[in-house]
Order: sequence, then C-alpha cells, then structure tokens
Amino acid sequence: MGSRDPVIVGIGWSDYPVAPELDAMEHHAMALRRALADSGLQKSDVDGYMCAGTGFGNSGDDAPNMAEYLRINHRWLDGTSVGGSTFEFYVQHAAAAIEAGMCDVVLVTYGSDMLSRMGRMLGTSTFVGASARVGGPSQFECSWGNVLAGAYAMAARRHMHEFGTTPEQLAEIAVGVREYAGLNPQAQYKDPMTVDDVLSSRMIADPLHKLDCCVISDGGGAFIMTTRERARDLAKPPVFVLGAAGAQTHWTISQMPDFTTTAAAQCGPEAFARAGVRPEDVDTIQCYDSFTITVLMLLEDMGFCKKGEGGPFVESGILRRGGRQPLNTDGGGLSACHPGMRGIFLINEAVRQLRGEGGEAQVPGAEVAVACGSGGWLSTIATVVLGKEGR
Amino acid sequence: MIIDEVADTLRLRALPQPDHASRFYWQCAAEGRLVIQRCMSCGQFQFYPRSLCASCAGETEWVNASGRGTLHTYTIIRQNRSEAFAPLSPYAVGIVELDEGVRMMSNIVDCDVEALHVDMALEVVILKAADDVGLPFWRPAAG
Repeated sequence: MGSRDPVIVGIGWSDYPVAPELDAMEHHAMALRRALADSGLQKSDVDGYMCAGTGFGNSGDDAPNMAEYLRINHRWLDGTSVGGSTFEFYVQHAAAAIEAGMCDVVLVTYGSDMLSRMGRMLGTSTFVGASARVGGPSQFECSWGNVLAGAYAMAARRHMHEFGTTPEQLAEIAVGVREYAGLNPQAQYKDPMTVDDVLSSRMIADPLHKLDCCVISDGGGAFIMTTRERARDLAKPPVFVLGAAGAQTHWTISQMPDFTTTAAAQCGPEAFARAGVRPEDVDTIQCYDSFTITVLMLLEDMGFCKKGEGGPFVESGILRRGGRQPLNTDGGGLSACHPGMRGIFLINEAVRQLRGEGGEAQVPGAEVAVACGSGGWLSTIATVVLGKEGR
Repeated sequence: MIIDEVADTLRLRALPQPDHASRFYWQCAAEGRLVIQRCMSCGQFQFYPRSLCASCAGETEWVNASGRGTLHTYTIIRQNRSEAFAPLSPYAVGIVELDEGVRMMSNIVDCDVEALHVDMALEVVILKAADDVGLPFWRPAAG
C-alpha cells in the first residue's frame, strides 16, 4: 500500500450501440467528457494519454491523432494497439507509469463507428478483395476464404475434440449474458433467449452459430487512472488496480501453438499473483466475449476451472445472474455492444460493479472483479484484477 | 469444394505477395513442390518462412516436405458472399499439421465437408495460381 497505488477514478461511455451521427473521433470525445464529469477532474489535469481506434485504417498513429484532436498536453503517451484486449494492456502500462511517477492522471479513450461505417458483414466476409496481393504474415492465410468467425470456430472444434465440450455448453454462455443485456437499456439485443434459440440460429462457421457470435456496433468509452493520493478529493471512491498482466501466443490464427489454450494461462495467474487474490475470490467476471468459445477458454486459462472443464463449469450456473461469479453484467459483446475493440467496456463495467452502481444488474457485495481481454484471434490476452479496497 | 472447381475460380482469390523470406516457398509451390524451412542449428522445422529460426534465431535451410499431414482442426464456412467463395460454399478451412510438425492453413478439398473429422490423414495437392505462386490445398489421403 502506497500513496502512488494506481486507481481508476472516472468512467464514461459514448452513445451505443447505434450512433450514425457520430464518427469515431466523436465517440472518443463524448466518452472523454463523460469520464471527466464522472471523476470530477478537469481536462487540464490529464498528463498521460493512451488510445486506440479511430477508424483511419492505420492504427499506428491513433494516439498522436487523438491527442491533437482532444489537445491533450501529455508527458506520457502510449498507443499500443493489440485488438480487443488493448485496454486491459493499457491498465497494466498506465499502472506502471503512475507508480513510477512518470505521470499523475492517465486518460484512456476508445471510439468506433464500425456499424454505421462498415455494416454487419465484418465477421463473415474475407478480409481482402479478389485478386489482391497480400503481404506480411497474412500472405499465408489470405487465399483460403477464412472469416473472422472461422478462426474462433477452429479453436472451438479442437476444444470439442479434446474435451467433449458441447454446442449446448457454449450456448449457455450466450444465454446467461443475454439475461444481463435485458437489464441494460442500451443493449443492442435484450429479449430473453434459450439454448435452443442459439442452437437453431444460422450456422456461421461450424461449430459456431450466429448467436455464438458477438454483435457489431458503434460505441466508445473512456476511463481515467491516477494515484490513490490524488483520488482522495475526487468525486467518487476509487477502484484499485490490484494486478494486471498481458501475454501473447501468436497473432495470425494458423500460428496458434495450442488451439485450446490462450495466453491467459500465463497472464491470468500472473495478474492474480500480483493482486494477492485467487480466482475463487472474484465476485464478478468481465470476460471478452467476441464468441462464446472465447469466454470458455479464457475462464479455463485464468484458472476459474481446470483445462477442459469449462463446459461443465459454465453449465453449473455459476456465471448467471444470482450465481456466485456473474459474467458480463452489462450484456457483453454477445448482446449489448461490440464496436470492434471492446476491452474498455470490460474495465468500465468492472468499475461500475465495484462502485455499487450496477442498478438492477448489481452483483451484491462485489469487492473483487476481473476483466480479461482477448485481442486478434485469441492472440493477445491481458488480465486485470480490480478491487473495491487497496492491497 | 472440388479441386477442378477451385482451379476455375482461383483467379478470384486474394494471393500472397512473396517477400524476401517467402519467395522461394511460393516459387517452389508454383512448380508443384512443397518446401519448408529447417534450422541448421537446432533442427527445428518452421512454417511460415522467416529470415531466422523463430526458436533459436539460427540460420535456416529449405527442405522438401513429405506432403502428408493430419487435419488438426477445421471449420465449415457457410456464409461468404465474396465472388471467389460464394459459389464454393459451404467449404472447409482447416489447419493442417504436416508430418514434420509444422502447421498451415488451407482448404480441404475433394471430400464431403460433413465427413471431415479432426486428425484425419491428408495429402497435399498444389495448384499453380500465378507465375510466382502455387497454393497447397489438402485432400483426404489415398488409401
């Protein structure tokens, strides 16, 4: 415990899941204003900045572009961009920078107009057009007609083969998350659904059905980190970053070393060890749910159950509303929103729960939450353990 | 996906842009030969081709691959509206584990997609796609 312990003091969301009047930069800006208002800080207090996602195509310069647009006077900047888990990596990076005294108030923003700009074809279309030439590692995958969902489907297939995981068990994940979406007025899909609904939805890429796949949305978010000391006179009680760690096994899917194990097997235990808590101490799990199989594998790899036992684990009801460790209490990417890189929503929802601001979706007595992001194709994983109290 | 139909629509597919490390691989495939890299220091095979051994940073050499492998995992794509793949749907995209231990993505051809199963034996069948590129497809192994 120290005065520079990293904490989260402000969270905000832009309008989601559909906001055709906003471009990606406006999502960043709207989320920033709401996170500042939530924290009680002024924009001029910000001296560290991280961001990803502008829709310009070249993500390498998102951070300087947005720092200019938002006119952030930073002395510490990070534009790491590793897909959906980017914002869990950011917590790790910002925590280190804050503890080291490199900056005092770090702003993180994200914004995407993916639905309004690109439509709903993303997950089921090939990545490049006919007769194009593709360089880099993608040159070894570009010719086979694979789609985004297909990469995850190949992990699901291997998991089923090795461990007997069933389509029903995967569907249970989507059904439980949908129940929470029903409590989120902004969620893209709110109607209750059943395992049969998932199994009877169109097959996209065997063995994944349409309702095993996340939605496609617009949306953005922001959060603000500072020191325990600085948080003392801010608007709301801080949420403590107890531990954060990231890892990577591959980037392109055909390089995945083990199709049933993600890098959460490395960074999950590391984050828990830093936090000094065990998976069974977690009161609510905010887990990247690009596809149902993503959740199953991340839970196993973080140690919520043994490898291969994810199916029975999710069937036990432990992740449901009223269960011991409710999952994705905002309705997740499977039902609430998925603007492309959803990791920031996991952090914000974990903070909301630990503050007790969850409304109808509040997990009673939530004191420890975990957010686990997955980027790329089960490639870049980061785990963040947050607490209502400090270490 | 029958290999003859694939040949008819090959010109509609995105193709690799060979680079310094991969040019020999794609050129061999254009000539009907499957090659992979082996490290001259640690003996590790690797795919895709790189300018170093990704295990030990050593120098690599090219060796002929056996052209045999197993289906490590796969998916059946039911929906792809692109010109190259819509006529072929549903079709299989798989990860093939070569007998040498390396893996590559490909299409599994010349069989009923519903009859595919994990770990089934496969053999390579290479189609020339351009002067500088051949594409290794895989089909159920004969016998």
